[in-house]
Amino acid sequence: MTDVLGLPADVAASESRGQQVLHPSRDDYVETVRKLRDDAGFAMCVDLTAADYLTNPNRRLPAGVQPERFELVVGLLSLERRARVRLRVQVPESEPTAPSLYDLHPGTEAMEREVYDMFGIVFEGHPDLSRILMPDDWEGHPLRKDYGVGRIPVQFKAAPEPKAH
Amino acid sequence: MSHDLERETDEGAQQLQPRDRTSPAELRRERGAVLRGVPETFDDQPTDDETMIINMGPQHPSTHGVLRIMIELEGETVLRSKPVIGYLHTGMEKTGEDLTYLQGPTNVTRMDYLAPLFNELVFSMATETLLGVDVPPRAQWIRMLMTELNRISSHVTYVATNGMDIAALSMMVYGFREREGVLAFFEKVTGLRMNHNYIRPGGVAADLPPGWRDDVLRILDAMPERLEGYDELFTGQPIWRERSQGVGVITPEQAIALGATGPILRATGVPWDVRRDMPYLFYDQVDFDVIVGTYGDSFDRYAIRLAEIRESMRIVHQILDQMPAGDYRVQDKKVTPPPRARIDESMEALIHHFKLFTEGMKVPEGEVYVAVESPRGELGCFLVSDGSAKPYRMRIRGPSFFNLQTLPHMMRDGLVADAVANISSVDPIMGEVDR
Repeated sequence: MTDVLGLPADVAASESRGQQVLHPSRDDYVETVRKLRDDAGFAMCVDLTAADYLTNPNRRLPAGVQPERFELVVGLLSLERRARVRLRVQVPESEPTAPSLYDLHPGTEAMEREVYDMFGIVFEGHPDLSRILMPDDWEGHPLRKDYGVGRIPVQFKAAPEPKAH
Repeated sequence: MSHDLERETDEGAQQLQPRDRTSPAELRRERGAVLRGVPETFDDQPTDDETMIINMGPQHPSTHGVLRIMIELEGETVLRSKPVIGYLHTGMEKTGEDLTYLQGPTNVTRMDYLAPLFNELVFSMATETLLGVDVPPRAQWIRMLMTELNRISSHVTYVATNGMDIAALSMMVYGFREREGVLAFFEKVTGLRMNHNYIRPGGVAADLPPGWRDDVLRILDAMPERLEGYDELFTGQPIWRERSQGVGVITPEQAIALGATGPILRATGVPWDVRRDMPYLFYDQVDFDVIVGTYGDSFDRYAIRLAEIRESMRIVHQILDQMPAGDYRVQDKKVTPPPRARIDESMEALIHHFKLFTEGMKVPEGEVYVAVESPRGELGCFLVSDGSAKPYRMRIRGPSFFNLQTLPHMMRDGLVADAVANISSVDPIMGEVDR
């Protein structure tokens, strides 16, 4: 399968429900995407998102891939081969940064902003890394697992201070 | 006072900033310079004194909800533009992590509110892939029938709102009339006009009601004449062609680089349709054409959607011929709740019912990405399960979110009047963009 799609052989690979998954390291990530785009025909980046594995650290990963708290999930699509491949990149909690894919796939611009907004992962080389869905002055990153659901004080600009009881 | 207002509405770096506060990389993007082939320099560009930054939206009637577009104008020419979004953000992906798989469709159906059945479909298909259950053929054909009808209703709404945006108000009325016809059928089948929660993991909520075939035929029989009316009102009409031909042109390379899918990608001549290229349900057993455009302009995007209505009608006719008898949901007691009558007579059914609705079904550990072709493009669902009854991570890849990024490219150096036509030709649904 790997040979058929022309996926780089030096990157750890796995399969999930019949779907091809690659696990490049954070340093190889951009280079892997470049190879996939230029050599294997994966011309389109259809999705870029992340997952926070804070409360689920024992997920299955291929040998040699060190699990970290955050995981970037990138979906690539080859229109010619009618094939998809997914990349999972481990991003440590201590240093939540990742290189930006903007130069390879300009369409990831809004997605990387969303991941920054929702998970607090900083993309190096992104032209305009600002919050996209939450207000500019919002505190916290909502899709992190330690960010609770409900009972969050509503944060509005210029809202009156809560009255002391 | 005006100073206070300015401060209250300031979104900082999310906004389109004056040029002296914008980095060259961001300027290029707001100029829509990606893949233009020429290195963009800003020496010959006007300064901040000569241009004006205006807001379009979030309450502008032509912005399809609460899209806010900031535009830098020189006279009437658009120089830079930037969509500012998030006004409809309700944290649906976070909510999805707190709902069981059975409750999930109620949540996702509210994202793309013009095509709710597609959201339910993609979520259900992702869940079923994780579960490894095979959905009965009749359920799959019902899903195809309902989503193709939904595609028709979504596209006629596009034609209607697109007409409204360029001041063809009669089109608005006609389009919504056709949509109501389809929604009345949806109401009969699902009980609701929108937000159906009809397609659920394991099948569909209920079988088609008696007389459904006649209802569908009535919709299909009325459409050709109505579509001819659209052609008369729009397709061959000189004013409409003036407004849309050559406006908002985007090349195939740009569309692919920006991740645009659906009619926007096909308008540039790229024949990509998930239904044909990576068939799901039974799309490999029906005959239909993938419509492509040539110029990638606003008119092509309109023509493709109109032609797709006709293709969807073709598909629905074939579905009517091929609809099999059988179960409309999978007969797996761990996935499908038992019928109400069984609960009174079977202890086991009562237990299954109780377990399903209190604990939910346990979904095996794993992760999966499933995509379908929604009226706006590739609608994807990325699910991560940790083996519990709720998704560990639920991500919906809304096509509108990606498609919206093509706007600065389409609007570049165009007129502000065309900006409105461009926004509506992208057909963004803000519920799906902001989620």
